[in-house]
Amino acid sequence: MATLRLSRVTPWTALLPMALVAALGYLGAGLWTFYISLTGSRTFPSGHFIGLAQYHRLFDNERWMLSLHNLAAYGVLFVLACLVIGFLLAVFIDQNVKGEGVFRTIFLYPYAMSFVATGLVWQWLLTPGDGIDGTLRELGFQDVRFDWIVSQDVAIYTVVIATVWQMSGLVMALMLAGLRGVDPEIWKAARLDGIPAWRVYAQIILPLLWPTIATVLLLLATAVAKLYDAVVAMTQGGPGIASEVPAKFIMDHLFLRSNVGLASAGAIVLLVPVLALLAPYAYARSRKEAA
Amino acid sequence: MYGTRRALLCAWLCATAIAAHAGPRAEVIHWWTSGGESAAVKQVEQAYRDAGGTWVDTAIAGGDQSRAVTINRIIGGNPPTAAQFNTSKQFLDIIEEDLLNPVDDLARRDRWDEVLPAPIVDVIKVRGHWYAVPMNIHMQTWIWYSKAAFAKAGIAREPATMDELFADLDKLKAAGIIPLAHGGQAWQDILLFSMVLSNMGGRDLYLKVIRDRDQAAIRSAAFRKVLVAYKRLQAYVDPASPGRNWNDATALVIGGKAGMQIMGDWAKGEFIAAGQAPGRQFGCLPGLGGDSPYLIQGDVFVFPKTGDAGALRAQKLLASVVEQPGVQLAFNKLKGSVPVRLDADASQFDVCARKGMAILRDPKRPVGVAEVYLTPDQNGALQDVLTAYWNTNMPVERAQNSIASALRY
Repeated sequence: MATLRLSRVTPWTALLPMALVAALGYLGAGLWTFYISLTGSRTFPSGHFIGLAQYHRLFDNERWMLSLHNLAAYGVLFVLACLVIGFLLAVFIDQNVKGEGVFRTIFLYPYAMSFVATGLVWQWLLTPGDGIDGTLRELGFQDVRFDWIVSQDVAIYTVVIATVWQMSGLVMALMLAGLRGVDPEIWKAARLDGIPAWRVYAQIILPLLWPTIATVLLLLATAVAKLYDAVVAMTQGGPGIASEVPAKFIMDHLFLRSNVGLASAGAIVLLVPVLALLAPYAYARSRKEAA
Repeated sequence: MYGTRRALLCAWLCATAIAAHAGPRAEVIHWWTSGGESAAVKQVEQAYRDAGGTWVDTAIAGGDQSRAVTINRIIGGNPPTAAQFNTSKQFLDIIEEDLLNPVDDLARRDRWDEVLPAPIVDVIKVRGHWYAVPMNIHMQTWIWYSKAAFAKAGIAREPATMDELFADLDKLKAAGIIPLAHGGQAWQDILLFSMVLSNMGGRDLYLKVIRDRDQAAIRSAAFRKVLVAYKRLQAYVDPASPGRNWNDATALVIGGKAGMQIMGDWAKGEFIAAGQAPGRQFGCLPGLGGDSPYLIQGDVFVFPKTGDAGALRAQKLLASVVEQPGVQLAFNKLKGSVPVRLDADASQFDVCARKGMAILRDPKRPVGVAEVYLTPDQNGALQDVLTAYWNTNMPVERAQNSIASALRY
């Protein structure tokens, strides 16, 4: 009897520290942030309740609106590009190429480096007059201009390029693991039936990889929401405010601009799409487990 | 073996013992980390040691980072003895939470009311109490120009009005020189704008917009003209300007590739480091015409509240050391700024600093930069609008409206 009770209690005891951290660190901090977002807090958190005024001010702010817009454009492009490139790289390596280990390392390497450092390298590469632009002109392409990073309309895309370079290696690694898990019998059967390889990938392998893709999507989506270091290292949100993103707005107001209330309102607004994205995923998983 | 160990142990114990007896111990947080700046703060450190104190240096690179650490430590109940802030509203919230020790005794003894410029007094004196010890004064909107570039473009004398400035920029452009060296970062954009607003709109419009946040003044035709002139300057900037650091822009002027730069007096250090002398290879112009407003800011030390008697003694000692005329001279000569006291000895400074010190004594000319009057987030919101206006084809009416709403909150 006693042993039975102990065996029932043990897993809960083991889970307790994690549960406490989750409850206090995530849930508690989330609720606290929401509370602060309803106050007129400036440098210091205060209890001066002002209702939804911070949210009103937030959505009256041109930079915040542009940040949201940038994040949406960035998110779609970044996720799609990472998925496609990561998958193609994985397929390429899956062809049993020579020196597979070398390629894998090269592709995964960007992910292993701090983006603050590599972002600076990207900034140099993209500066008009130097880097890619300068090299092209030295090679004789006098009319070629590559000045995206200083251009209002496309500066945010340079951030897409650099972060895709960084993340697609990780996507490749995950996809490759998925591909390696595919039953070789499927390939044999497909070969016997004379189905071309691309159709096997598109119609058989990809659907089989769905759980891997879901994981990748989740990772990429969180990377989108917390996009900060790449922008700081490459454009500082510029030129002007052209490549601002919500996380930078929040950080700026937390520390530089001493407006904890407005920053908290921004953080809560940023939490909403993340939850909206996570909820169906969590729901689908719970259904699956119940079934 | 044992001998060395015992010697080491003794060295350690004795050192600790000496430190314990070495008088007030002050931990100072600051962000003076570049070459010239750290040399300057070493002077203060040495003076504090000479006065019998122990200086514990906590230098943190980057003003934002440094201020964040200070505020976090104050909130966390483990404040430093002293911390650097800009002469601005950055520490107003800390004063209002009653977390700073005032330095009223020192202020009374040294007659700060009389010897400090008014914009500085306005920020450090709150409800009759003095909460910060000023270190220096920076003037932020000097016009630095290359004498070689001016000669090449055929410019004989310094511009005295906005129209003359534009005419000179045109001449520089015609001579194939980048007319205006500018680093396209938000803080540099607002600095350039402040120069246009103060020189073109004059003291009245400047203070109405920046200090009083007067909606009518912001929506006036005069302010619109200022915005148009500010935007007009963009035609004189080279395409690689966005994101450029201020010192890279200064390097363009030093090399004669660009005609002029509008920047604070810290740019002078770059010229001097490159072996150029003020008045010889480069010129410094504090504004257009003889009575232009002089936009100042600087650094201060604040003293977080403490009940500890030792820390309190350390704070008192540090405050008095910092204000000694000798320390002020030594610090400011290395930092590129000028002493805070209007009665400081100007003879040891270069020609640009002497010009600035003379202007400071004229009570009609010094005004604060935007950060002196605006809270950090008002200043930030203004900065966002100005940098967007500078970089896009935003119509001037919209910029005007956006500034009005940025300064409304």
